[in-house]
Amino acid sequence: MKLTTGGIPDKYRKQPVVGKVSWKPVGEADRNETIFLSNETPCDPKELGGYRGFLTTAKLESHAVSVPTISSVQELEHLRNGDIVAMEPANGFVRTLYRPDSDHNVIFATERCNSNCLMCSQPPRDRDDTDALLQRNLELIRLIESPPARLVITGGEPTLLGERLFTLVAALRDKFPKTYLHMLTNGRIFSRPSFTAGLAAIGHPDFMLGIPLYSDDASIHDYTVQARGAFDQTVLGLQQLARYGLRVEIRVVLHALTIPRLAELADYIYRNLTFVEHVALMGLENIGYAPRNMDKLWIDPADYQDQLELAVEILSTRGMHVSIYNHQLCVLRRSLWKFARKSISDWKNIYLDECGKCGVRDQCGGFFQWATKLHSAHIHPMPSVG
Amino acid sequence: MARVFYPVENYSASESGYRLLPLRFLRLDQDRELLVNEVGEFVIGPLGTAKALIRKQLVRGSDMYSTFKAKQFLSDDSSSPLLDLLATKYRTKYSFIDGFTKLHIFVVTLRCDHSCQYCQVSRQTADKSTYDMSLETAEKSVDLMMETPARNVTLELQGGEPLLAFDVIRHIVPLAKKKAKLLNKDLEIVVTTNLANATDEILFYLRNEHIKVSTSLDGPGAIHNANRPRPGNNSYELTVRNIARAREILGVDRVAALMTTTQLSLEHPIEIIDEYVRQGFHSIFLRPISPYGFAVKTRRKTGYQLDAFLNFYRTGLAHILEINKKGYDLAEVYAKILLTKILTPFGTGYVDLQSPAGAGINVLVYNYDGDVYATDESRMLAEMGDHTFRLGNVRQHTRKQIFTGDAFVNLAAASCNQSLTGCSDCALQPYCGSDPIHNHATQGDIFGHRPTSGFCHRNMEVIKHLFELIAQQDKETMRIFFAWIQNSGLGDVNRVAPS
Repeated sequence: MKLTTGGIPDKYRKQPVVGKVSWKPVGEADRNETIFLSNETPCDPKELGGYRGFLTTAKLESHAVSVPTISSVQELEHLRNGDIVAMEPANGFVRTLYRPDSDHNVIFATERCNSNCLMCSQPPRDRDDTDALLQRNLELIRLIESPPARLVITGGEPTLLGERLFTLVAALRDKFPKTYLHMLTNGRIFSRPSFTAGLAAIGHPDFMLGIPLYSDDASIHDYTVQARGAFDQTVLGLQQLARYGLRVEIRVVLHALTIPRLAELADYIYRNLTFVEHVALMGLENIGYAPRNMDKLWIDPADYQDQLELAVEILSTRGMHVSIYNHQLCVLRRSLWKFARKSISDWKNIYLDECGKCGVRDQCGGFFQWATKLHSAHIHPMPSVG
Repeated sequence: MARVFYPVENYSASESGYRLLPLRFLRLDQDRELLVNEVGEFVIGPLGTAKALIRKQLVRGSDMYSTFKAKQFLSDDSSSPLLDLLATKYRTKYSFIDGFTKLHIFVVTLRCDHSCQYCQVSRQTADKSTYDMSLETAEKSVDLMMETPARNVTLELQGGEPLLAFDVIRHIVPLAKKKAKLLNKDLEIVVTTNLANATDEILFYLRNEHIKVSTSLDGPGAIHNANRPRPGNNSYELTVRNIARAREILGVDRVAALMTTTQLSLEHPIEIIDEYVRQGFHSIFLRPISPYGFAVKTRRKTGYQLDAFLNFYRTGLAHILEINKKGYDLAEVYAKILLTKILTPFGTGYVDLQSPAGAGINVLVYNYDGDVYATDESRMLAEMGDHTFRLGNVRQHTRKQIFTGDAFVNLAAASCNQSLTGCSDCALQPYCGSDPIHNHATQGDIFGHRPTSGFCHRNMEVIKHLFELIAQQDKETMRIFFAWIQNSGLGDVNRVAPS
């Protein structure tokens, strides 16, 4: 599924534009929040009067248009009425920010990060985008009409927004108090009690933080996230989050560095972080930094079933909620199937050709789209299960 | 961000060595050592593990080093911020102290229809005026009880046989409820009764007042009736019949049973356990023999009885594990208490195996005559003529006087196994308790002498036995243990998160 496209921006405007797209002309009153989509050139410039922006696949001659415009867009077919997009006049990018019919919408807080994980799926950029993205996100929240069931704040590292993160969470609390809000963060900043107290004080009614912990051995965690002292900060951060009543889940990406002490990590989580509501054991994504570090990271999931089963046993018998994400049923031991979740976001979820013959395809979470290049050598069709 | 990645060495602790955090150890058997840190986290390793750790011979980057660091047996230059975490875990382990006294036992009468051999205190008499708690004493006792800072309090009505003083119960219950409501306390009420006199009228009253029942079942008829004589020799028949009736009226989960171990019981662990299954109970407490009856009087036999108890316990526990594996959920409470201390970050509220000892701190006994004792055993000693642990009287003393008086202060001084000779350096200290009253009763000294202490020997052997079972790493046994710890069935222990 496509979430970005691009074309040629008009020369006159430099500010990004966020708006709701429509293929159909809308009344004057609604134009101010609408970006009009077309595969043609407008006959009369007045047709566009009052719209927030205009996107067209057609080639525009040099004549000026009355509203911010990106023309010669490669593709617009993926956009549906009501999608919210950002037009970036600097480079002609058109990004989909929000799809009302999807359950996988994210609020992208920043591209910056204070870690540099070996397997980062979304490598950070060192450029201060925090203010610009905050404004974009606040406008996005304003434009969303009906409350989504869930939203995810992600990055980069969202806590690098500092107190602007509180503004963002407060805006979501005010507009969508019944929307389940999840935030992916490395949790390091929460070792500072004042910051944790500040976030807790926002009082979002249904808020959970997903925080990665890769080993009970600090040096392995720090190596994995390429940041010295990160383990101590994250563990103390988790303690502070519990102290202030913020809910957390632990996320563990499974690879050659995390597998050897996975059982010890499970025990560590129970003894030190008993308060976490959920532990997600996640398959590696072959994207971002991961391909270039694959020599250090790769282990075929079929080869770590013993360790995975033991870790799940340790957590589940101790009353901890545990799930397995991003794994295909044909490489998971049968005893683990009940813990497997269909966890991959719709826009990056695929199945392989072999899956066509599989009897449990409907129950299986499938693959990330970038798994075509690298996946377990043991993928095979399964008989159906009654 | 620079797309440069640094090797693992950049993230390891420096070579400057490590420091030890508080730890204790013992030899588990011929091949293995048990090492335990200050908050009860443990490592079972081969002989020589403790020596290597303590002589600082562990190699940075080795699995042993990582394990001891993660479990906070050692700290190095990169882990000192996490000492706060150790403090948090310590606080969690000892949170049972929060709020001070939670269990308040009211001896509403000394009268009883039974004449059990192990009971030193009950009276077979119809003289209500001498042996029932007076209404004035009851009121003063409730007042004193409710002065505890604890928000969650339990009122245990016992005797004698408390149902023989049903009028006293009916006086106390509304008083306690009114006062609890006024002070915003959560109150749970339990009546400890042999059920022989439990009429439907009484059972409906208990149901309406949400009072739980704890009764006595010592095993099958032959054992139960031998242990618990009453006129007609029909205690077992009455108990079993009235357990069924009480369950009908109060609900199955509102009726529990406890068994008292006697010399006769020691020979019949299997029969006793099977009786609990037959009666549909899902927990049984293989309790040690009380030292307050014959054991005190015949001290020479203590060693023999201890070995007999350990045999009884091991045989019983093995049988209980088999019963669970066959699909019937049955928890053994003694193991459950110890396993909670060993396998979880939490402590337990069980007053007889705590440090500081539960006596006074977590339990108080209000006798029929207004005397306040540190424990039920203290009261039994008093009935035998020894008033050492009489902390005061509800009609004469304030709460402050009771908890600053010599009797309590002396008791408290001997209450912490962290500072008792022989306990303070024992690997099992975090799991064990202290029992100054037991020490006093059996050894004539509240601090006691560990090498000859039955309490010490028994708990060490039982805890080591549990560690042997844990070390076997049998998946099903561990599932059973965690089912007990979580008060769940074996079928629920390996559960899936709601999606």
